[in-house]
Amino acid sequence: MVKPIIEARDVVKTFGTIQAVDHVSFEVYPGEIFAFLGPNGAGKSTTIKMLTTMLRPTSGKLLLNGHDVAKDQAAARKSFGIVFQDPALEEELTAYENMLFHAVLYGVPKGQHTTRIEELMKLVDLWERRDSLVRTYSGGMRRRLEIARGLLHHPQILFLDEPTLGLDTQTRNVLWNYVNKLNKEEGMTIFFTTHYLDEAEQVAERIAIIDHGKIVAEGTTKQLTAKTKTKSLEKAYLKLTGEGIRDEISEDFDGLNVRSALRNQRLRG
Amino acid sequence: MDEIYILWWRQMKRYLRTRSRIFGSIGQPILFLLALGYGLGAVFERAGQGDYLQFLVPGIILQTLLFSGVFWGIQILFDKRFGFLKEMLVAPVPRVKVLLGNALGGTTISIIQAVVVFIVAAAFGFRPENWSMLPVAFLIIVVLSLTLASFGAGLASMVDDFQGFQAINNFLIFPLFFLSSALYPLSNVPDVLRILASINPLSYAVDALRYTMIHQTHFGLGLDLAVIGSALVVSVLFAVNRFNRIQI
Ligand SMILES: Nc1ncnc2c1ncn2[C@@H]1O[C@H](COP(=O)(O)OP(=O)(O)O)[C@@H](O)[C@H]1O
Ligand SMILES: [Mg+2]
Repeated sequence: MVKPIIEARDVVKTFGTIQAVDHVSFEVYPGEIFAFLGPNGAGKSTTIKMLTTMLRPTSGKLLLNGHDVAKDQAAARKSFGIVFQDPALEEELTAYENMLFHAVLYGVPKGQHTTRIEELMKLVDLWERRDSLVRTYSGGMRRRLEIARGLLHHPQILFLDEPTLGLDTQTRNVLWNYVNKLNKEEGMTIFFTTHYLDEAEQVAERIAIIDHGKIVAEGTTKQLTAKTKTKSLEKAYLKLTGEGIRDEISEDFDGLNVRSALRNQRLRG
Repeated sequence: MDEIYILWWRQMKRYLRTRSRIFGSIGQPILFLLALGYGLGAVFERAGQGDYLQFLVPGIILQTLLFSGVFWGIQILFDKRFGFLKEMLVAPVPRVKVLLGNALGGTTISIIQAVVVFIVAAAFGFRPENWSMLPVAFLIIVVLSLTLASFGAGLASMVDDFQGFQAINNFLIFPLFFLSSALYPLSNVPDVLRILASINPLSYAVDALRYTMIHQTHFGLGLDLAVIGSALVVSVLFAVNRFNRIQI
């Protein structure tokens, strides 16, 4: 049997009286693309923060690559890369300098610095603006830079926390194509969170639906629809999480547009 | 090594790109130097204490290092608030290295500012007693800036907002500074002040600077250096301990 590369066992995180993550357990296997699907405030980011050593769990155990994340933080950090949901750029550096900083700090081999930075900055269409201070960047440009930066080094596990939030359709496609390529060519394990159903359906091999800090169901789209006796992931999702998500989808027109765009695109296979 | 360098490099870029910070942090000690040096100089001399400017400059150098180091700690708070700290904290680099790279940046900035203040003081007529002792003074400045930058980093890791940092400034840093022997000699002060100054590590720091710059000492260089060394160890341990605990 293959050992899981990411493992959460009965993990709880409370902030005061808020139970952000409520007895969550799951496993992700090497080379998988796994999605955490859930509405805002479900506990997705909190889970990622615990997995990536930013937060300590209140109780429970988290393992990356067999290392206990809480005990052996240094070893855990060697095995993953992450694109944060919230901004994490240095405003007083140029975009290129931000990329260079990341390349050095995250151990990209020296000989590959310039080629990789150029490749990724061209991929997100920021190469022309590489020497501008990030302070002068728009929100969308910052987001694209964060994505490019997150793909700069090639860890075993890549965490993407709502990576497509605030991205234009074109960059979304570029991102998922690139992520798929990394997954296929390097066997990189991908763990991403999203509240877009289509994204989870199209990109992920396995999905865990999380709501109010609890995993309410887990499996492939097929398994989820079978389990709920519904016809689509959307129906399954609604059945599992109740009303909550409806507000979110209808208020987010971008999500709807992207959904149909993605359907036509057939990103995988 | 590369990681430490890039962390330092980023601190320096940031410093050199925010001019207001440069002038603000050098302006304050120079203001003190002028206002106190010229304002109180005559009184000081009449009391038979000698040249006040000579006496004051080591204290002002210490002030520069103290406020520069602690103020630099705000950088960590900024990084926490604006997200960049995450980028550094989850890097596949031991946290001690992350802290060290950043703190070396803070240290370099403090040293630059102390040197500028020294040059300004020299322009106003300050003359070291013995020029050959200046390298020793410089070494002490280096150790003190690392100590105070670590202290600042530790403090900043403990608080979550700027108000918290402001409170630390008002209730810890300012009293520490004013209740040290930076601005007045301990020979003629009331017992309360003398006792408070004697348990304040900053007094020993300024005493060591005074010994090396104007050949005056209250505690003796040996004791000064022992206190400075211990303060360095304690500050670094404090910073490492606090920095390791940061959650974001
Ligand atoms: N640092 C924090 N302090 C207090 N509450 C928090 C903190 N971080 C997250 N929460 C709360 O925990 C819950 C889950 O948040 P989060 O994990 O960010 O959700 P998601 O990423 O799924 O949108 C929310 O109710 C949020 O308000
Ligand atoms: Mg989130």
